[in-house]
Amino acid sequence: MRLEPRTDTPLAVRLLAPLGAVLAALALCALLVAWTGAPVLRAYGLLIEGAVGSRFALTETLTRATPLILTGLAAAVAFRAKLWNIGAEGQLYMGALAAVVLGGGMLDLPAWLLMPVVLLAGMAAGGVTLLGPAVLKVRFGVDEVVTTLLLNFVVLLFVSMLLEGALKDPMGMGWPQSAPVDPAAELPKLVERTRLHAGLAIALGLSLLLWLIDTRTIWGYENRAVGANPRAAAFAGMPVTRVMLRTALLSGGLAGLAGAAEVCGLKGYLTLDLSPGFGYSGIVVAMLAQLHPLGVVGAALFIAGIFVGADAMSRAMPVPNYIADVLVATSLLCMLVAGLLARYRLRRG
Amino acid sequence: MTEILDILVSAAFWTAVLRIATPYVLGTLGELLCERAGVLNLGIEGIMTLGAMAGWMAVYQGADLWTGVVFAAGCGALLGLLHALLTVPLGLSQHVTGIGVTLLGTSLSYYVYRLVLPQASTPPTVTPFQPLDLPGALAQTPLTYLALALVVLVAYVLYRTPVGLAVRLVGENPAAAEAQGLNVTALRIGAVMAGSALMALAGAFLTLSAFNAFFFNMVNGRGWICVALVVFASWRPGKALLGALLFAVFDALQLRLQQVAGGVLPYQVFLMMPYLLSILALVLVARRASYPRALMVPYRKGER
Repeated sequence: MRLEPRTDTPLAVRLLAPLGAVLAALALCALLVAWTGAPVLRAYGLLIEGAVGSRFALTETLTRATPLILTGLAAAVAFRAKLWNIGAEGQLYMGALAAVVLGGGMLDLPAWLLMPVVLLAGMAAGGVTLLGPAVLKVRFGVDEVVTTLLLNFVVLLFVSMLLEGALKDPMGMGWPQSAPVDPAAELPKLVERTRLHAGLAIALGLSLLLWLIDTRTIWGYENRAVGANPRAAAFAGMPVTRVMLRTALLSGGLAGLAGAAEVCGLKGYLTLDLSPGFGYSGIVVAMLAQLHPLGVVGAALFIAGIFVGADAMSRAMPVPNYIADVLVATSLLCMLVAGLLARYRLRRG
Repeated sequence: MTEILDILVSAAFWTAVLRIATPYVLGTLGELLCERAGVLNLGIEGIMTLGAMAGWMAVYQGADLWTGVVFAAGCGALLGLLHALLTVPLGLSQHVTGIGVTLLGTSLSYYVYRLVLPQASTPPTVTPFQPLDLPGALAQTPLTYLALALVVLVAYVLYRTPVGLAVRLVGENPAAAEAQGLNVTALRIGAVMAGSALMALAGAFLTLSAFNAFFFNMVNGRGWICVALVVFASWRPGKALLGALLFAVFDALQLRLQQVAGGVLPYQVFLMMPYLLSILALVLVARRASYPRALMVPYRKGER
């Protein structure tokens, strides 16, 4: 048995790959559910019901998908240029930090201007956070995987320090949390009496915009060329370093926006549990989407549904809700194999 | 300044240094073994978490401490096998696969822990390894001595045995290794499994020696620091030991300084130090780092 590259991958195979991966992951995790003694089909039924079974469940899934679309785009954009940004979690918190600092009454701006400025500041903070590792990569050849991973811990400690110090809410009953942002900086709700906010519209708009940039502009062409083969791109006269740094700013910016949107749209203030690993799940989202900006939306909805549904399921059954994290990790590994099968075919001999 | 000197000459300080260094020594050694064979193993964080949970859980369920250690190493080797199968015969991206293995190892550990102990609000404890009272040595638990012995063993195997030469060769030039009649795939899988077992030992040290319980987020980036230490150590076991010790000196020092200067600086500043130091170490050696030539390059027979 050996692997032979396909000359071209039919669209059907590319679409079936993530579906097959997800089904394989569900089948594998069924073993873990069965281990608890719970009936597997009923458990998965409850999971699906908890994710999409009611108007409330649906809006919760969409709310959860909003930051995942943004961190998924952050990973997709970076991975396309072979910039291994594993630091979206840290960039997200930097974006959230910028949002509470500037949205908490520091800026004296007209109400209509405050919210866009706060969101842009969140983007800038996230982008600058990734710029450091990107500069270290292009200038000194320092592997960005390890630096971005390590920075996640530094950022969390930095945020923790500010939340217990300069940014601590005097009205917060002693909890390490920031003061709430100005109501003018809050994102409007999309559906009344739910938690769904306009961040979703922004995230959807951005994935469309990134797809257009990717397919219709020289920028996108350069990004793809540098990702496919940096040496060839350099010979073709493309500014490889500049493309790298540009990608870093964009990728970090998207993750930073995810944090700012969570603060301005959902939480209103900053705590250390703002993100249950959105940055890391974003990597899974991007891989399930095969790094396609529009595919990210579907993948983020799926992952969000798993998390929201698993919470509902674990309330009704003795299955720990960590099953969601296991499912997400298994989906990633299955997707990697499915992606390989889409690119290669198995040949005998 | 005198305070720092006082700290540096105390025996208790060096005892702490060896204790702090142990998981870094084991983890770095494991990562080094994988990378020497040409496979970057970013599953390390998850494999350490799994080792910590599996070892502790075995002992909690009634096994004796050494059985727990062996069980942890076995679990680590199995997760390593998964990483190896995906990256070696299938040649998948070692970066993304490693992150996937870390997510899987971590979430699986938490899932199993919660499943067995649904309502544990205060983590249950086991009786951990006790320090050995050897004459003329700093009182350490057996796993620390094991870690030091493993440094010598790994160095010996890598540089003084045919199988070590073969492992280094598949990490530098797999095509040449193939031409010598070596089985590149098997060697790489074996090295990753052995390295992952060592990573799991690092995790088991945390729950069975340094502490006596399993906590969520207990590995806390130690795995990533090990990946940085391997680069710092130029892929050499002796230097890896040195790097881990140096790192532990800084870590133990910041712990003491935190007590002395705790009122002046927020404690988070001290906790950031290990991560910032790792980044600094990477920057310092990056220019002259001589990576194994075939690191992260999948090998497929007959494919260029």
